[in-house]
Amino acid sequence: MKTSNVAKYGLLIALAMVLSYVESLVPVFFAVPGMKLGLTNVVVLFALYAIDEKSAIVINIIRILLVGFMFGNGMSILYSLAGGLLSGIVMILLKRFTPLQIVTVSIAGGIAHNLGQILVAMLLLQTKAIAWYLIVLWFTGIGAGIVVGVISGEIVKRLSK
Amino acid sequence: MFMEKKKSHKLDVIIIAGMVAIGFLILAVVLLTQKEGETVIVEVAGAPVASFPLTEERTYIIEGKNGGTNTLMIKDGCAWIGDASCPDGLCKHMGKIHDSSHSIICLPNEVVVRISGGEDADIDATIH
Repeated sequence: MKTSNVAKYGLLIALAMVLSYVESLVPVFFAVPGMKLGLTNVVVLFALYAIDEKSAIVINIIRILLVGFMFGNGMSILYSLAGGLLSGIVMILLKRFTPLQIVTVSIAGGIAHNLGQILVAMLLLQTKAIAWYLIVLWFTGIGAGIVVGVISGEIVKRLSK
Repeated sequence: MFMEKKKSHKLDVIIIAGMVAIGFLILAVVLLTQKEGETVIVEVAGAPVASFPLTEERTYIIEGKNGGTNTLMIKDGCAWIGDASCPDGLCKHMGKIHDSSHSIICLPNEVVVRISGGEDADIDATIH
């Protein structure tokens, strides 16, 4: 790995961890527990668009593990990984194979993230009684995706010049 | 790099509209299939452990996984969690439920409280 990449990865992982922490301080203010804006996805999107696909995946996984070990537990790591990986894969595929804008990619990633978490919850709890959460998380995924996508788009535009 | 991809935004608009439409479709399906509930069903780790009629006032302590407890309250046709041992206590903030599309979930204790309509009787044990 090139030295400049080591520095970039370190910087971005640190930034993602700070954003995770800041978000964990914001109280839950909505109908569904654990709901977050997903600001760390800004870092993942930036890595995906400004560096490469590999960096996006590596930064995402390391960030989830580190934050999980510091502030969470085994369960929360499992949820974060399911959401983070599914959303990461969806965004990478969309970026590689479609001409879609970063905002659209981000929205799809937001929905995928929430779907991944719901799937894990369904598997762990062996229940289908999550219909209402699915709806709420679907729309909040779109909303968060728009916010994150716009921020990421602006950052990529300015920083990658 | 990223700017080179900027062509028409038409596809983006279509895709985003599609995702919003799918959301409303799910909403419609849930609203159309939900039933006013009659029975409160308590599940721990996927297995039903108790069920109560929604019409009877009641307080019941759910013994969840890992020794955790959630206090189920039933009153005035609504069910909610009044108290819980889990660290985050999110289940207490999930509100009062009364129809079949809503449920209360406590992840640390692996507890699910859901409402069943009259007909479906997929319950193993009933406590009165």
